Amino acid sequence: MAAPQTLFEKVWRHHEVVAETADTPAVLYIDLHLIHEVTSPQAFTVLRQRGLGLRRPERTFATMDHSTPTRTEQVFGDAPITLEDAARQVSELERNCAAFGVELLGLRDARRGIVHIIGPELGLTQPGKTVVCGDSHTSTHGALGALAFGIGTTEVGHVFATQCLLQRKPRTLAINVNGALQPGVTAKDLILAIIGRIGVGGGTGHVIEYRGETIRALDMDARMTVCNMSIEAGARAGMIAPDETTFRYLAGRPRAPQSEAWAAALERWQQLPGDPGARFDREVDIDAAALEPMMTFGTNPGMVIPIGGTIPERTGDPAFAKSLAYMGFAPGERIQEHPVNVVFVGSCTNGRLSDLRAAASLLRGRKIASGVHMLVVPGSQQVKRDAEAEGLDRIFIDAGAEWRESGCSMCLGMNGDLVPKGHYAVSTSNRNFEGRQGIGARTLLASPLTAAACAVRGRVTDPRELL
Amino acid sequence: MEPIRTLRSRTVVLPVSDVDTDQIIPARFLTTTTREGLGKHLFADWRYAPDGSARPDFVLNQPQAAGCTVLVAGRNFGCGSSREHAPWALTDFGLRAVISTQFADIFRSNALKNGLLPVLLEQDAHRWLLEHPGADVTIDLESTTLTLPTGAAVHFPLEPFARYCLTNGVDELGFLLGRAAQIDSYESQRSRP
Ligand code: SF4
Repeated sequence: MAAPQTLFEKVWRHHEVVAETADTPAVLYIDLHLIHEVTSPQAFTVLRQRGLGLRRPERTFATMDHSTPTRTEQVFGDAPITLEDAARQVSELERNCAAFGVELLGLRDARRGIVHIIGPELGLTQPGKTVVCGDSHTSTHGALGALAFGIGTTEVGHVFATQCLLQRKPRTLAINVNGALQPGVTAKDLILAIIGRIGVGGGTGHVIEYRGETIRALDMDARMTVCNMSIEAGARAGMIAPDETTFRYLAGRPRAPQSEAWAAALERWQQLPGDPGARFDREVDIDAAALEPMMTFGTNPGMVIPIGGTIPERTGDPAFAKSLAYMGFAPGERIQEHPVNVVFVGSCTNGRLSDLRAAASLLRGRKIASGVHMLVVPGSQQVKRDAEAEGLDRIFIDAGAEWRESGCSMCLGMNGDLVPKGHYAVSTSNRNFEGRQGIGARTLLASPLTAAACAVRGRVTDPRELL
Repeated sequence: MEPIRTLRSRTVVLPVSDVDTDQIIPARFLTTTTREGLGKHLFADWRYAPDGSARPDFVLNQPQAAGCTVLVAGRNFGCGSSREHAPWALTDFGLRAVISTQFADIFRSNALKNGLLPVLLEQDAHRWLLEHPGADVTIDLESTTLTLPTGAAVHFPLEPFARYCLTNGVDELGFLLGRAAQIDSYESQRSRP
């Protein structure tokens, strides 16, 4: 009998066109290639220079999200895109997709959104597929049991021309999560705690599989939040074995298999979970019941503490000191009650419907504190419509927040949605790097519940106080 | 791609750990649609004051950095985004190798595809280099060793295929296109979507 295999090994094996040897990496087949306006132009240029086309144009799918405007008048009205370079990128993507026969969800398309939100939402992302995109948060798609990872622009060109990548097989890391999350503690808090535990380089060279009863109990939106931030621990990808929750989520989505093809797909997908006894290179156990709402205090996602905790001391670590100086914090200080200037709810980490519901649940009937600028940016136009159908937009607007069109927005500030210098921003996104949300911006990463609580009080607030 | 066999240079030392891709090249410079010209934005937020003038205390602005092709950074270099603009900015600035004790996976892969060598050193040699800015080093790809001015030669790991591509100037796309027959047969045999 064949040796027991993990989920990752099964997906990897199915896609080996040529297995790796000591001298050469594997040639790995890619089922789904997602592209956006920022990391694709130079790859199209290479195709033109070498006189190549796309080997399988039907396996590549384009959207625009990173540098697109989120103001309705700029998306649907006649107002020009503020940033000239961003406008050029958007029009270049349109031209490239037309020239090379790639399906594009353009700026005004009802299905457009952040690339990692729309892949699953449209049913393009499926269990057992290999999914790549010129974006590190491609790890999000692993929540459906796909092997999904970010690639550079040169590799985008490789997939265009050959539908394959040269890859060394990564190692495997199991993160076993057991115990029930306490009220007010969410998937975002869980993944922040995991990164705090293993460190920002802790997953380097590995594919993480999240397992255990806590993971099984999460809905798909929450699973995507967890897998999304795998890259913040340095991991190549994050995966969760597909189960009934996955299948229910996918059933009936426009690009998911339909009728007879669905039954056949389901049969294949049910074979994907790891075999009993399959070995991982490393394992880490997490007790979910002990977790509290988490918030970052530094300039990488591993610099994180329970929201009521104190900032640790790390003597003899200049990088740590530099990071605290940037944030305006000192060791031994508490972050709770620290004034907050900006609150951002959105991104591929927490821009899905359940995230907006969570934030709205704390804002219903309340106002955000005066002086706080709160921006709520749905992850896709579909999320926006669904939220509006439930009246969530009214809750945000009545509370004093801004409600926008979908896009990456303030997660990386490429479209001009920026945090001003020196301001403290509680953000549901995934990176608190220096300058990520604007030059001199100070980012505090947290869950949508925590972000909403901070908006109401105008200070760093434990959401459990307002539940 | 030009083959690289050996690199000789003085080092420039940036003793910062966990240097992320947003530091190497901030997002506002990603609106370009070409790969050239990013060197002037390398480490922009550390290199320039808000008025655009060069900060004299930043190491790449100092006279001894001129002409150096080897950057020594703290541990864990290149974490964060998949933006290939990071190695493009480093090479456009004139760097050919980065030395650290850990590299983020996507950064390492992107760097190798652009003739930028990620040199993964063990802690002792790395510490020595951090403590001796401007040291003359020789990096040899055939033997995958870095030689310090003390004469000590330290081995560094380099995936054999990456070494083959770098030392022969082989481009991976050409290699993959050469596998077309296998890709054809894979596609025709498989029933899955
Ligand atoms: S939302 Fe942020 S992390 Fe996600 S794809 Fe956009 S820029 Fe990247």
